[in-house]
Amino acid sequence: MAECPLPDDGADTVLLGHGSGGRMSARLIGEVFLPALGNPILDRLGDSAVFDAGGLRLAFTTDAFVVHPLRFPGGDLGSLAVHGTINDLAVAGARPLVLSAAFILEEGYPLAELRGLVASMRAAARDAEVHVVAADTKVVERGKGDGVYVTTSGIGIVPRGVELGPECIRPGDAVLVSGPLGDHGIAVLSAREGIAFDTDVVSDSAALHHLVGALLTSGAAVRCLRDPTRGGVATVANELARAAGVAMRLDETAVPVRPGVRAACEMLGLDPLYVACEGRLLAVVAGADAERALAALRAHPLGAGAARIGDVDAADDGPPVRLRTPFGSLRALDVLPGAQLPRIC
Amino acid sequence: MRYVDEYRDAALARALLDDIRRAVTRPWTIMEVCGGQTHTILRYGLDELLPDTIELVHGPGCPVCVTPIALIDQAIAVAALPAVTLCSFGDMLRVPGSGGDLFTARARGGDVRVVYSPLDAVALARRLPERQVVFFGVGFETTAPTTAMAVRHAADLGLTNFSLLAAHVRVPPALEAILGAPDNRVQGVLAAGHVCAVMGLDEYRPLVERFRVPIVVTGFEPLDLLQGVALCVRQLEAGRVALENQYARSVRPDGNRAARALLAEVFAPVARRWRGLAELPESALELRPAFARFDATRRFALEAAPAAEPPDCRAGEVLRGVLKPPQCPAFGTRCTPERPLGAPMVSSEGACAAYHRAGRRREEVHHRGAEAPRRMEEGFSVAETPRFCASVVKSGSAGG
Repeated sequence: MAECPLPDDGADTVLLGHGSGGRMSARLIGEVFLPALGNPILDRLGDSAVFDAGGLRLAFTTDAFVVHPLRFPGGDLGSLAVHGTINDLAVAGARPLVLSAAFILEEGYPLAELRGLVASMRAAARDAEVHVVAADTKVVERGKGDGVYVTTSGIGIVPRGVELGPECIRPGDAVLVSGPLGDHGIAVLSAREGIAFDTDVVSDSAALHHLVGALLTSGAAVRCLRDPTRGGVATVANELARAAGVAMRLDETAVPVRPGVRAACEMLGLDPLYVACEGRLLAVVAGADAERALAALRAHPLGAGAARIGDVDAADDGPPVRLRTPFGSLRALDVLPGAQLPRIC
Repeated sequence: MRYVDEYRDAALARALLDDIRRAVTRPWTIMEVCGGQTHTILRYGLDELLPDTIELVHGPGCPVCVTPIALIDQAIAVAALPAVTLCSFGDMLRVPGSGGDLFTARARGGDVRVVYSPLDAVALARRLPERQVVFFGVGFETTAPTTAMAVRHAADLGLTNFSLLAAHVRVPPALEAILGAPDNRVQGVLAAGHVCAVMGLDEYRPLVERFRVPIVVTGFEPLDLLQGVALCVRQLEAGRVALENQYARSVRPDGNRAARALLAEVFAPVARRWRGLAELPESALELRPAFARFDATRRFALEAAPAAEPPDCRAGEVLRGVLKPPQCPAFGTRCTPERPLGAPMVSSEGACAAYHRAGRRREEVHHRGAEAPRRMEEGFSVAETPRFCASVVKSGSAGG
């Protein structure tokens, strides 16, 4: 496996690795955006901004979708743009209310294709029981876009009593995932020009708010939720461990990965722990409630493959996230500098 | 997963480790040649599971790492030319040249693309007849046959807009240089199984005889490596010196005849300067005259401008197994995957990247083994010092 880092800290241009979700992305945010736009809400860098307004606790988020190809096994840009923003609200514990969508269209893009993507968006919103209530459209010259880019934003309401966040994580907690990892990333790769390979893997793209609702009402003490998109579970675990000031120990043999995803990762030299999911939940719950939380997840169709993959320990002078290998040795599970790249040989 | 899980079985690994522990009576230094093997060792923590008296050092088998800076500079120069599309494997795009890398060249407007096979570059040349498509071919004898296939395919198609910037290298000359060096510490070698799957075993017999060093052709899964170590240690303890084939499920004594024939048809061995190993005779592959029209250095009249290695990068010693990555003063401080001084810190097969990724830091290597040098070098972070000292004290009280 490989990464795609920024080789020169002093680079004066944006590189693809800045969009990987890894350390380069973090540096871009920390050095360019937060100094200019930072405030107590944004500085938390949560999946959603959570704040009080008019007696309600609101969650607000926005996400841009530039997936390539626009269609992939198990989904397309339209459904992904709906699911992604709903999930950012859901992992804040919010019930999604409404979405907005902004389309950047490239001159020459077939209208029939666009209709297909928008229909997929409508179906995803209908299934998730949310409405797209505001929208915008811009067209750019041919060659200045990649067909279609979509940005969706969403507002949700956080029920009283729901307190989620890395600051709630304690040593002794358990780390759960709601299903097998890496399906989305591998499904998209399998459809990408130049790599295309035959696989039965389909994207896990799905709206997670009902699954989150089931978990939050199960009675289990839920500390923190994330959806492991860019950078995968390894990156999210690192972000949480650092933010919470704890250490996490994941067990490689407990991590659920489908055979098709494993095979593709072996072939391409990728590590499924860093591959994106778009319909999986990473949940940190009180250790004593792990079984109850797992039962609640497994009772929902989107959580049927839920598993406990690790534990939270007190921070020590070692790396924040460690992986126990099948041979019993421990190694650091670090954040990648940039995106994973397939290996040479 | 079949054909993979069998070679990662924890119970079998324990049995092999027990075998090795029983066999070892003295310290031995064994080199695994291939960067893929290094990554397996670090990924599974095999070096920590082996007895302390067995030291694994890492070899030159990272093709990206040994590619001289001058060649990377040539690739960056070609990528900047108008109407040129440069293709290579993703791993190559991040390796620093004298001024930036190929990703930076792309950000500056060059058409640089990642391909997964050299044949994809040929297909691209057919699709883009108005552009010159250059494939930057890198790799050992494992990937060289696919590049040879691409060149021959381009010749069969009569393409005039495809060319090759060749950075293919051969393993045996590098091993010869390492084993023959005055500061060589390597007592046994785990040769790269994939390379031998193509080339067969014959090239390695003269090395065994000349340097009196056991060579075990070894695979890439954790059990392959443990078995390779076990075979090597048994030879060393018995005072035997032989060529053995641990990776017999893939490696036939005569290799892959079709691939070797293709290599011989398209390429000829030439001398090449390796990063860290100076110029080695017959160590690189150059297009034969019949295919010279596909040579990008000729087509674009590329000069081999002299390029200096960064002075504080000790990649050369790492690639020869003289220095372990965490023993480099720059490791993890002035040299990180985001700010690499040399290719071994960025390549997916690079030894420095493997150590960094596995979370190994300088002190961890220092307090293993007999020498335990605890020097502090200029540049070592002062903020790290208390942590370093605490770690040394802890390991001292734990290990005696």
